[in-house]
Amino acid sequence: MRVFLGSLGLEQIFTLTGKNPDGNSLWCSGPSMEPTIQNSDIVFAENLSRHFYGIQRGDIVVAKSPSDPKSNICKRVIGLEGDKILTSSPAGFFKSHSYVPKGHVWLEGDNLQNSTDSRYYGPVPYGLIRGRIFLKIWPLNDFGFLRDSPNGHRFSDE
Amino acid sequence: MCACACLSEAPRGSGPGPLGPFLLPLTRGFGQIGRGHKITTYPFSPRKKGRKGMVQSQGWVRRYFKAFCKGFFVAVPVAVTFLDRVACVARVEGASMQPSLNPGGSQSSDVVLLNHWKVRNFEVQRGDIVSLVSPKNPEQKIIKRVIALEGDIVKTMGHKNRYVKVPRGHIWVEGDHHGHSFDSNSFGPVSLGLLHAHATHILWPPKRWQKLESVLPPERLLVQSEEDCL
Repeated sequence: MRVFLGSLGLEQIFTLTGKNPDGNSLWCSGPSMEPTIQNSDIVFAENLSRHFYGIQRGDIVVAKSPSDPKSNICKRVIGLEGDKILTSSPAGFFKSHSYVPKGHVWLEGDNLQNSTDSRYYGPVPYGLIRGRIFLKIWPLNDFGFLRDSPNGHRFSDE
Repeated sequence: MCACACLSEAPRGSGPGPLGPFLLPLTRGFGQIGRGHKITTYPFSPRKKGRKGMVQSQGWVRRYFKAFCKGFFVAVPVAVTFLDRVACVARVEGASMQPSLNPGGSQSSDVVLLNHWKVRNFEVQRGDIVSLVSPKNPEQKIIKRVIALEGDIVKTMGHKNRYVKVPRGHIWVEGDHHGHSFDSNSFGPVSLGLLHAHATHILWPPKRWQKLESVLPPERLLVQSEEDCL
């Protein structure tokens, strides 16, 4: 196992496509994760969590877009399989819930007003997740681990 | 230079001492003949007197170990990268693709060649046999045939909707053995991002050695394909 991990670590030097299986630094664009990740921030993602199925609620993940496999999306995991998700607006009168199907996750951006996420295209298969973002490395005045979701109420299993 | 160096490292305890100067030309010749062998012992640290035999065998072990490490740490990542990005081989389990794959059932499982390189840009054709990450269980890969691409309208067999239009960035996959297959008729269209590889050949058993053709089963012709709309 250690040798396997060691060889994966070295694979980053020899990989043909430039994709690092252990971690990637990513340049993010778009407003959907504000204020946690701003436009043009550079973050660091690690790939081990998804291999060991250690993605948790509240993690920010980078995943392949369900409607365009060549582009990536960067959202927060709100629900794992089996979780009950509030799909309507929390201020609305009629609350509608749905359950996240097996093998899928529910993703939402932190900037709920300006984010196309699972509320639009439904739950996302776990297999599309490429990595977990855990560190912001640029801009330097905002260097460090990423904050928790500003939309705390989205996590409740009501 | 090399010859001198070889001579300075020449085993002192072995040659006759007093006859040394007379044997110099002979040992020089030996140095040149056995050049490769002698030079390889040269780079190692100065030997201590009386420990000549041990240092030489240690030198050999270290040299072997270094070569092994170099080979290992180059070969393993290259092999892993190749198997991950270019092609690998996999055994097919289950009956969902009969009769194309595993016609013998559990007696003999086919082994197929999976080509990752062909799907690196997510380009597949109708009729291709592909492996993908199961949408219901990310730890499992499933192997099915592509029936429809994005924009096509499919007449389903056992799905909750009779007709389904395949959304953008998705494909509709089915096993050849209808009724015994966990495929898009159960879980709907799958995102192209889950595509893993294109199965191109059967490699084992040898009597089933063949190229897998990309043909749609005749009963699965589309209601309407994307091209018809244009």
